[in-house]
Amino acid sequence: MSTPVPFVEMRGIVKRFPGVVANDNIDLDIHRGEIHALLGENGAGKSTLMNILYGLYKPDAGEIRIDGQVVHFSGPNMAIRHGIGMVHQHFMLVEPFTVAENIILGNEPRQGMKLDRRQAIAKVEELSKKYNLHVDPHARIADISVGMQQRVEILKALYRGAELLILDEPTAVLTPQEADELIVTMRQLVAAGKSIIFISHKLKEVLRSCDKVTVIRRGKKITTLPTAGASMNELAALMVGRDVQLTVSKTPATPGDPVLKVENLQALNNRGLPALRDVSFTVRAGEIVGIAGVEGNGQTELVECISGLRSATSGRIEVNGQQVANLPPRQVQEAGVAHIPQDRQKHGLVLDFTVAENIIMRKYFQPPFCQGLFIHQRVTDEYADKLVAKYDVRTPSVQTLARSLSGGNQQKVIVAREIEQNPDLLIAAQPTRGLDVGAIEFIHNQLLQQRDAGKAILLVSLELDEIMALADRILVMYEGQIVGELSDAEATEEKIGLLMVGEQRKGGDTVAN
Amino acid sequence: MPTERKKPEFWKMMKNFWQTTNWESNLKVPLAAIGFGLLVGGVFVLTIGKNPIDVYLAIWKAMFGSPRAFLDVIGQATPLVFTGLAVAFAFRTGMFNIGAEGQFTMGMLVAGIAGIKLHWLPGPVLMVVCLAAGTLAGGLWAAIPGWLKAKRGVHEVINSIMMNYIALYVTNTLVLSAWLRDPGYQATYEVPRKALIRNFMGTTANWGITLAVVAVIVVYFLLWRTKLGYEIRATGHNPHAAQYAGINVPKRLLGAFVVSGLLAGLGGAVQTLGVKRRVFQLFGFTGVGLDGIAVSLIGRNHPVGVALAALLYGTLYRASASIQLSTGVPKQVVGIIQACIIFFIAADEIVRYLLKRAARKGESA
Repeated sequence: MSTPVPFVEMRGIVKRFPGVVANDNIDLDIHRGEIHALLGENGAGKSTLMNILYGLYKPDAGEIRIDGQVVHFSGPNMAIRHGIGMVHQHFMLVEPFTVAENIILGNEPRQGMKLDRRQAIAKVEELSKKYNLHVDPHARIADISVGMQQRVEILKALYRGAELLILDEPTAVLTPQEADELIVTMRQLVAAGKSIIFISHKLKEVLRSCDKVTVIRRGKKITTLPTAGASMNELAALMVGRDVQLTVSKTPATPGDPVLKVENLQALNNRGLPALRDVSFTVRAGEIVGIAGVEGNGQTELVECISGLRSATSGRIEVNGQQVANLPPRQVQEAGVAHIPQDRQKHGLVLDFTVAENIIMRKYFQPPFCQGLFIHQRVTDEYADKLVAKYDVRTPSVQTLARSLSGGNQQKVIVAREIEQNPDLLIAAQPTRGLDVGAIEFIHNQLLQQRDAGKAILLVSLELDEIMALADRILVMYEGQIVGELSDAEATEEKIGLLMVGEQRKGGDTVAN
Repeated sequence: MPTERKKPEFWKMMKNFWQTTNWESNLKVPLAAIGFGLLVGGVFVLTIGKNPIDVYLAIWKAMFGSPRAFLDVIGQATPLVFTGLAVAFAFRTGMFNIGAEGQFTMGMLVAGIAGIKLHWLPGPVLMVVCLAAGTLAGGLWAAIPGWLKAKRGVHEVINSIMMNYIALYVTNTLVLSAWLRDPGYQATYEVPRKALIRNFMGTTANWGITLAVVAVIVVYFLLWRTKLGYEIRATGHNPHAAQYAGINVPKRLLGAFVVSGLLAGLGGAVQTLGVKRRVFQLFGFTGVGLDGIAVSLIGRNHPVGVALAALLYGTLYRASASIQLSTGVPKQVVGIIQACIIFFIAADEIVRYLLKRAARKGESA
């Protein structure tokens, strides 16, 4: 079989940073009309490789060929001219500008000195129709959904003549429904002759949406294989370098006495609108209760109310029989609540503190850490060393700033700190968001161990898989209410999915929206 | 043997300090910025047809020309250490205390009033009372914008600037009132000699420098070794995480602002007792509080850095007085040099870039 010349060939790419070889002699071929996944753990070197292809970094060795011709990129502009477009994980859009303005920015159709608005909108509409990417050219970026913002980014690249689109973790910011739409879009693009590089560490998505997958581990290319016939376990093992347990094995729960009781809880969101409407539920010792739902249906506010970060307008929250609603966080903590917050960089860590300082964040005011006015350094360091070893946090030392750890290790610091409080109730809000398989496995096992040690665990997650794998009971939140409860035996993805979009409660109402 | 057990502990601490300090941004960049500032200032000197080397020599002489010169630099630097620390301390909680000027002024005024009105107290007691009164006055002056920030969310910059003006005019009103004014002077009566802080060889340098050194050490320990410091730094770096950790964020903001004001107030009191001896009518801001912002910036908001930056500023202050006489270069050149240094510190990315380029050139050569 004579294979045509690949659209992009990367040969022997080497990139070193002080102390690490980020890319070690990597080869990568991308053909026209294929979706090629780049799979690897956080820090494996995927982003470095793509930044080289996009002209942001210069490789220390190796070459890039496009249609068989060797090219040297001095910057993204040259990469764009050769038909390479990139959609970054964090969008690069000007919020107060309209969709059309963002797409044409930097390459505007002109009429003399003036911007030709009419032509701009016409061009955007034409592109949008051609690739079936629905956007409203007149809408302002600040007003549209994340899914549409992503389509704007893709259109921006297409407008500049991209033949190859690099999508960096594109589904990380999307709801499951939006992710499905994106995959349809990707299929249409490759059908029109474009190529796509899909950067991800989510195995399921890669298998579902891509044609080929290249696995990178610690800067080295491990293999490239077609996704047809590959299994999740096989890919996970290639990615991590050892066998990974993808499905947690768990024994049936043996729930004890109620630890957390929430009754008729009401609260407002940051904009002063009702976020929680009459929420009531119980979590018992020795069980994991999972809260499923599409982002923004009150889960954040619920967790903040229970942990003392947000005030409730009415209702009761009891921990071990003690009323804790509207108490300050310190008193909630003393009532026996630990909290792994959903945003680890906003609430969970002080990034400019050392690992040790972050580890004592819940205990710094108690002996033996605090003696009189002073914080005891040696005791702190020894305690931090102990936890770093126990929870396998990869850090050069406990004096390293939390900022310089990878996401997975940052999360391990938080998990270690919260579990070591020995709480009665552990709230885990999106505990594995953005983490790779190895770290997810570790954190899931920790949560199950805590359950088996008789703790009550409230798990809030947007990942349905996570909820279904861990929870003994599943509550579904929709528009600030709990719209359904399922035991883990009766839960199916479909049943939860319907509840998540409010189908069962409201019937046809939501479809009309 | 207790001494032998102490030693490794101490060395570990020093090693720790050495390793955790980011020398690149804390030492190399400020030093390079000072160098670039002097260079660019030299270009200005060239444009008016004078020799920049003469100016550099004058600056050098201002500091090391004679023992008296050096003492004078110390004397000029002392109040700046206090206001620099005040600004740096507030900065660690993420707040900008632009009001150190007003807090310093109130410290000068109230220390003077206490000295004049409580003249019957015995000397050492009176001195301590004056220092305490000035310190508290600074703290109170900071408490007002601090409270407004913590409880009502009013921006501290606007309020503390306003408090600077109020301090200025309160001072002038009181200084010229019959209650305090020494007839024939645009100033208050003198503080009794027994309460004054002794100076060195008749220069502006005085024993107040020891208080400044103590303040540097106390601020360092307060920030990095105590529970309060932990809470203050957590609040400054990330108020959300501080709240999550159970820290009462508004209380910490207010507390830090008050401590900042206490430091500036103490600086004012030392200035009255050690240098001025009476409170003079002010024709504008003293500048000590405002330059404290620059000192804090150059010192990277670190107590030790603040002390070094204050010395630099003290040198430049003194140089600006002598430069015109000895070289014929207008003293405004010193202002240009100061501004260039601050420019390069603030634009530290430029300095990093210049340093990197210099390093690369060195490699290829």
